[in-house]
Amino acid sequence: MIKHADAIIVGGGIHGCSTALHLCLAGLKPVLIEKDYAGRHASGVNAGGVRQLMRDVAEIPLSIRSMGIWETIVDLVDDDCGFESHGQVLVAENDAELDACRARVADLNAHGFTHEELIDGAELRRLVPAVAESCPGGVVSRRDGAAQPARTTTAFRRKAEQLGATIREGIAATNIRREHGVWHVDVGAETFASRVLVNAAGAWAGRLATQLGEPVPVETIAPMLMITSPVAHFIDPVVILRGRKLSFKQFPNGTVLIGGGHLAAPDQDRNETVLDWRKLAESARTVSELFEVMRSATITRAWAGIEARMRDDIPVFGPSALHEGLFHQFGFSAHGFQLGPGAGAVMAELIVHGGTQTRIGGLSIERFRKTTPSATA
Amino acid sequence: MSAAPKQDQYDVVVIGAGPAGLAATAMTAEAGLSTLLLDENAGPGGQVWRAINSTPVKTEALLGVDYWSGAEIARAARDSGAEIIHRATVWSLDRDLEIGVSVGGGSAFVRAKRVIIATGAQERPFPIPGWTLPGVMTAGAAQTMLKSSGLVPDCPTVLAGQGPLLWLLAAQILRLGGRIDRVLDTTPRANYIAALPHAFGFLTSPYFSKGLAMMREVRAKVRVTSGVTELAAEGDGTLSAISYATASGKRERLPAELLLLHQGVVPNVNLAMAAGIEHRWNERQLCWTPVLDAFGNSSVAGIAIAGDGAGIGGAQAAVVRGRRAAGDAIKALRPQAKIVDLSAELARAERGRAFLDVLFQPARQFRIPQGDTIVCRCEEITAKDVLDSVAIGATGPNQLKAYRRTGMGPCQGRLCGLTVTELMAEARGKSPQEIGYYRLRAPVKPIMLSELASLPKSEESIKAVVRG
Amino acid sequence: MFKRVDGDGRGSVTIHVEGQAIAAREGDTVSAALLASGLDVRRATAVSGARRLPYCMMGVCFDCLVTIDGVGNRQGCLVPVAEGMQIEIQKGKREIGK
Repeated sequence: MIKHADAIIVGGGIHGCSTALHLCLAGLKPVLIEKDYAGRHASGVNAGGVRQLMRDVAEIPLSIRSMGIWETIVDLVDDDCGFESHGQVLVAENDAELDACRARVADLNAHGFTHEELIDGAELRRLVPAVAESCPGGVVSRRDGAAQPARTTTAFRRKAEQLGATIREGIAATNIRREHGVWHVDVGAETFASRVLVNAAGAWAGRLATQLGEPVPVETIAPMLMITSPVAHFIDPVVILRGRKLSFKQFPNGTVLIGGGHLAAPDQDRNETVLDWRKLAESARTVSELFEVMRSATITRAWAGIEARMRDDIPVFGPSALHEGLFHQFGFSAHGFQLGPGAGAVMAELIVHGGTQTRIGGLSIERFRKTTPSATA
Repeated sequence: MSAAPKQDQYDVVVIGAGPAGLAATAMTAEAGLSTLLLDENAGPGGQVWRAINSTPVKTEALLGVDYWSGAEIARAARDSGAEIIHRATVWSLDRDLEIGVSVGGGSAFVRAKRVIIATGAQERPFPIPGWTLPGVMTAGAAQTMLKSSGLVPDCPTVLAGQGPLLWLLAAQILRLGGRIDRVLDTTPRANYIAALPHAFGFLTSPYFSKGLAMMREVRAKVRVTSGVTELAAEGDGTLSAISYATASGKRERLPAELLLLHQGVVPNVNLAMAAGIEHRWNERQLCWTPVLDAFGNSSVAGIAIAGDGAGIGGAQAAVVRGRRAAGDAIKALRPQAKIVDLSAELARAERGRAFLDVLFQPARQFRIPQGDTIVCRCEEITAKDVLDSVAIGATGPNQLKAYRRTGMGPCQGRLCGLTVTELMAEARGKSPQEIGYYRLRAPVKPIMLSELASLPKSEESIKAVVRG
Repeated sequence: MFKRVDGDGRGSVTIHVEGQAIAAREGDTVSAALLASGLDVRRATAVSGARRLPYCMMGVCFDCLVTIDGVGNRQGCLVPVAEGMQIEIQKGKREIGK
């Protein structure tokens, strides 16, 4: 018995859930298939940064679109998702880094983007009083902030289901095929069919793209995070560094999340990662150097989420270059969380209307067609 | 203060210096394997032989012969040539058998060819109303203070719960001149019948006569109320009273400043689970136990689990399990060595366990709380909070974290994990095995940021420092 | 709450709780010494500020967290007392308060 759906979405991360929700809002009935549970991997365990700051120009329009949704997210999913907007600050640790910041902001302005602002040492210390005296300034994106990733992904999933999406969790999509112009996907004993297939399978999306004849240069990564016991409140914005791998955020309950992109060893088939404590130690050293107040904090947990990174560090987003009805939404390269709400909205426009006002041309899978594919996953 | 490990590589690393760990250590070291024993406490003994070398309670009869039997095994481990480090907190263990250990404010990594986890048991959570009030403690806590510091209750004190340890503690407190006003026995009456088929093994086990004598000793001095089916601790900022009800409908409120709770012990799973070792729900012991072969080898190659961490078996079984795991490590690393078969000895030590497991299976209402009773002590999350989250879509313990932060506080789920699993299983009509447990990760004990920051920078320099 | 049994021959160790000197014994853990002191040594939790005392005394529950010689969040039940040790009771939410 084949069940027909308006769209089949493979992958229950923030992206798959957001696309499902926006399709529902457009009056469609999609089915979403997640082999574990919604938010099991990167979408549920990332740092929660809601960041426009320091993005590649090609994804800034999508990021800005998304920001607008974040600011009213409770209206969309009936949950504030723990979103707080205290800005995100990029810290330059020396003059050379500050020069690079200046050039970056000038470049963005030339493109017509004004969300990033160059700040001097005085403004930096006003925003982040605890930062080391030696830092000469940086860049701020004032509307940015952070949210709770698992709660957010869960909220999107829940709302999509309420609006009529069919959700299948704990069982993988298999035997994905196109017959007479219609996509068919087996899910255990069920088969779903639809003219539209969305590949939002995160770390597993590269394999799916390859199966469907569109290999892309993607690798599986597992960025590590750790969190401390509560310490006295000392910082509001999210802080990232220009020159070293560190991002840093204090939650209202006093705990401090430390991330920044050091990688664990992923074991994709086991759904596991092995943490690299030597690299986490580097993060700990960087934190101690910049924020003296953190030295006596204790690390209570550390983890890593599995996700996909493209060779050029920007996602694959938009219609397939090969198959009608196939859409890609993956490869967010460790910065896809903030994009989730907007990407779902834009993806729904692509599916329903065949186009969108949001500029996403630079994210097309077309960009890999002329180069030699070197897929690793 | 203890020093860091002398080497960066050992044949065998044993984690935990209780009965299993001490027995395993003595055996592998005597067989000529380089052996490192890491233990979190200040001296050997684990929980059951706590402070065996240092207790101020020197009169043998007061703590009992079972306690003092630990002295010889601790001595054997000490004299075996093994390197033994106390106050060493193992905070990481992975599939590559690399161990992160914190000693004296500094951390080091060591590698092992074989790892024997002997981290024992902890007391089962006892989530009753008011169990977070100051003055509510576990029976094990009182016993720890009694053994290591010679401290006994001297205020209005109630012991509540069930199981051999409760009676042993009561006897020890009374022998040492401490105060107990009442014992509230929560053993469900139906358990006596359920346990009957296992009675033969028990009657012929050492537990039987010792257990009976102890209960008689306590009953002679303290009033015991049996068949307790409801229990609550009350007070404003500190414990002031305990109210209870019995199966026969009796209700009473007892003034008290100290309530000592106990409803059995369960394996300490945090390190083993963080190492990726497969565990399954044990229907008889109502807890997670690791999947092991006859020698204690786990699903992760090179890691064995011995002692109560392998499933509750008591101290005598722990010693034998420690030796079995040690024997297997010796056989793996010294194939020509002769290993004595200990299966008959293990069967003897485990005799009577089935009866105790069934008889002292805690009642549902003391495992699965309701309403405003706190489930997660760290994040102060109630049973109602958990059920509310289930109602809006939380399907298991890991999803629940996104709603309520349960298990994300410093205890890392040790005091809420079992409760959350059973509570969610019941609410969702699933088995605990289907519902699962928290995904645990290193650090299994919190580690100071400054300590992590001062880890040497590269693998080479780590080795250089550890060797130096 | 607790009293010491007769015949405890261990040496005395002085530690300071919020500046006040108390007599502990060699081999006591910080938590045992605090409970034996008779002082109000209840900490306040970081979440609600609720009062707590040690619960398990064996390294499991983290309700014994104290500040020892300036270092916060130590498990008092695992740390033996040492002469001159400075103990502060954690104020929880009040210390963290935003």
